[in-house]
Amino acid sequence: MNELADGVSATDMPLVQMRGITKSFPGVDALRDVDLDLYAGEVLALLGENGAGKSTLIKILGGAHAPDQGSLQVHGASEVIAGPVDARRLGISVIYQEFNLVPALSVQENIFLGRESTRWGFLGKRQERAHASSLFKRIGVVVDSDKLCRSLSVAQQQVVEIAKALAVESRVIIMDEPSAALSPREVDRLFAVIRELKAQGIGILYVTHRLGEVMEIADRAMVLRDGEHVETRSVSGLTREAIIEMMVGRRLSEEFPKKPAAIGGPRLVARNLKRGAAVKDVSLEVHRGEILALTGLVGAGRTEAARLIFGADRMESGSVNLDGEKLAIRNPRDAINAGICLLTEDRKQQGLVLGMAVIENFGLPNMRRFAPWGWISQLRERRALDGHVDRLQVKISSRYQQAQTLSGGNQQKVVLAKWLERNAEVIIFDEPTRGIDVGAKYEIYQLLNHLADQGKAILMITSELPEALGMADRILVMREGRINGEIREVATATQEQIMELAVE
Amino acid sequence: MKRLFSEYGSLLVFLLLCGYYSVVTWSEQHPTNAAAGRSLAQSIIARHGVQSDTLIIVRDTVADRVFAKAISSELTELGGHVRETVFAKAPVDAGRALRRISSDDPLEAVATHHAGTQWGPLKVDRLKRLANQLSLPQVPKVHVPESYMWPSFLTWSNILNVFKNNADIAIIAIGMTMVIITAGIDLSVGSLLALSGVISAVMIQRWWGGEDAGLGGLIAGCLIGAGICALSGTLNGIMVTVCHIPAFVVTLAMMMVARGLALIIAVDYQSFLSGGGTKGTPEAVKIDHEAFGAFSNGELFGIPNPILLTLLLYLLAHILMTNTPVGRYIYAVGGNREAARLSGVPVMLVLIFVYTLCGAFAGLSGVMDASRFEGGRPNAGELYELRVIAAVVVGGTSLAGGEGRIFGTLVGAGIIAIIQNGLNMQGVATYEQMVVFGSLILAAAMIDQLKKSDWALRIFELPQRWIKKPRQGETPR
Repeated sequence: MNELADGVSATDMPLVQMRGITKSFPGVDALRDVDLDLYAGEVLALLGENGAGKSTLIKILGGAHAPDQGSLQVHGASEVIAGPVDARRLGISVIYQEFNLVPALSVQENIFLGRESTRWGFLGKRQERAHASSLFKRIGVVVDSDKLCRSLSVAQQQVVEIAKALAVESRVIIMDEPSAALSPREVDRLFAVIRELKAQGIGILYVTHRLGEVMEIADRAMVLRDGEHVETRSVSGLTREAIIEMMVGRRLSEEFPKKPAAIGGPRLVARNLKRGAAVKDVSLEVHRGEILALTGLVGAGRTEAARLIFGADRMESGSVNLDGEKLAIRNPRDAINAGICLLTEDRKQQGLVLGMAVIENFGLPNMRRFAPWGWISQLRERRALDGHVDRLQVKISSRYQQAQTLSGGNQQKVVLAKWLERNAEVIIFDEPTRGIDVGAKYEIYQLLNHLADQGKAILMITSELPEALGMADRILVMREGRINGEIREVATATQEQIMELAVE
Repeated sequence: MKRLFSEYGSLLVFLLLCGYYSVVTWSEQHPTNAAAGRSLAQSIIARHGVQSDTLIIVRDTVADRVFAKAISSELTELGGHVRETVFAKAPVDAGRALRRISSDDPLEAVATHHAGTQWGPLKVDRLKRLANQLSLPQVPKVHVPESYMWPSFLTWSNILNVFKNNADIAIIAIGMTMVIITAGIDLSVGSLLALSGVISAVMIQRWWGGEDAGLGGLIAGCLIGAGICALSGTLNGIMVTVCHIPAFVVTLAMMMVARGLALIIAVDYQSFLSGGGTKGTPEAVKIDHEAFGAFSNGELFGIPNPILLTLLLYLLAHILMTNTPVGRYIYAVGGNREAARLSGVPVMLVLIFVYTLCGAFAGLSGVMDASRFEGGRPNAGELYELRVIAAVVVGGTSLAGGEGRIFGTLVGAGIIAIIQNGLNMQGVATYEQMVVFGSLILAAAMIDQLKKSDWALRIFELPQRWIKKPRQGETPR
């Protein structure tokens, strides 16, 4: 896997060479003296905790930010990227996590948006279609270019983004966490595409949190920490632990601090949940003090099943019991009143009202406690929040700070705080550590342990198999809307075992 | 500092406007209140001595009667003599009175006000002629209260008038602010105002005996009128939440339905009055009832009732929005509906509540309108929805939802009222005013956008960056 990296490293001229890049924002030094070399035909993984400066660096390359200092060479010539247009002219394309696709336009319209080929003022649709299909052929993927983008899966949209980049003759493609929303199988397909691009001499800067992917796809890994360039090394000699150490600057004794809790009787019992094609038949039990991992491929119906338990969607049939009592859950309010809560995967869209203050978000489900007579007791609310901020070590500058200014990990903690205040007994975590940096991940894991210790029942939906294996007492694997298997002996289980249950 | 400007920027605009109009309307003031009357009496005594003989001539209006009474009582108290007080309906009356009285016994002084001196019979040359004709020993001297320079805009009576006349807009704007904070809109308020006024008026006239209606009847009629509007608001809310129809469409429909109903009821009432023989016309449903009129035209501690009511409602609404769960929920639903729902907020109830409240406030304003004009007017409140929305937007509430302050809206309503008042004083016609208001809404919306995009911040930072570094760059949030 490393021949290319070795083959290109010394002699060839880098596609992109950055030297001494420095960028500061008011109050923060985002990047200090960072160097970057990206060669043709290689995959360079860009690693670092959240806030390490990864996104600032790619935004500088993409023309969204201008560096305060530093030089940039593309194909050996000094260049200045003053805006996205310059980046495109220089053959640099960035595929951000949020795609830049117009949902209501077709694939080919999106690919050629802003650069439509016209003949006498009319669109050359046939020409565009031919061009689009040649692009997809280059990538090695079949996508119907007449389909509307909103009808495509995330993986397909990503392919369209890649085709867009190729359509402007990009020599450098920057991918920002491309695998975040993909199932393992889709990730494999993405890797095939990346290898294809590599073979065509395109340089790829691959930003990710997932170390397993780095080992699999990257030739070299570049690690940033607190805005500084730690090291760039060939992946072949690296271990997972070595990368983590470079990223966090300290050795984590264990990536997963699993502490087995005393597991009691069943608390949450869901039977034969059903809704549409996503959830066909799901039954599960979560016991007192247990962390149950629910895993499977994206689209297997895990989140959908959890939403049924929480009442976010109406179930067509099925029942939910808590501590032996049958619950009639018609909406989230009912579930919350019963003591069930859900920490959604998408904190920004579903977990928090971003424009509201931390304390207002915190109080939202707890109005009965803080305002028993219809008058919010600010004092009670503040005291309760302060208690949770201490216990969960939430880093906020003020209680009245807007939720959107918090980092992912702290947002997650605020969401957790509001549910803990509500005395939630069953806590459903949907991808609890997605988009959270390694250090904060560790804290979240410790919290999971702590909650289990208190006798809460925890259902953890996760796509990251090491997380499931490292943290859960029991693992359920879903496939196509059903529970396809259960792993009781987690300590001895392997990722392969889970994958076998998740796929055919 | 930045927060102060973004939160209270509209207040600053309000004060600047007040200052501007104070300067522009700086002019000679001719007081006609009781205090002016007393000081006039004193100056008459000072000029003519205690044996003076004075004729008071004023117009036949409430304010002038107060003025005249103050003069005569002060005069008698100081030992002077009031020959007679004339309440002239027209200048001719003043002339006749002068002729009649002067022929008996020569007068020394005539007390009137600035408006009176503009009348023909009280002009100096006419008085001289009169003295010649009747060969009086002396020409009667006309006394008026001393005038002084002061902005016409900044008089107590003008300010009270402005706010009193815009109380209905301000009250509806409370409900509209809440609706807009939930990222909705309510276009039906103007029509609901008319519907409420007409229904209340018809109820009182036909069911509770019109002029002879007791207090209970009046209250019941008004409650029914306003209640029907609240129910219409509830219906709006249900359509928006349960049926998932956009608020714009639902309330646009309600706007037309309510206006139509108001006209139908008014027409029907007219045909009822004429015995059912003829088809009616959409005229106002008259109510001739003193107590009913007092609701809007009366005052307490010298401040008109509508202003007191407005302030009270704003205070209550502010408390609701800042200190109760309902307020918290309203902001949350507007800020992120899905996150609010998943946090256990009863989103549907919250939405239905705000639309109901908005309808109820429109209904209340309708009752106020009927009381003020002594009748339910089916054409009342036309285009009010736009003025109300303008007040809310100018007050700093974002149409995107989730943000806004109740008192901001009060300031916004104040700004709109003052601009209108100022334009009227400057003699700007209604059509030009529409252009001004349209531009005002646009400006407010632009400021809202500027605040969001931190342009102001960037503009402040621009010079620093030029000094530091000529390269172009971007300021992050």
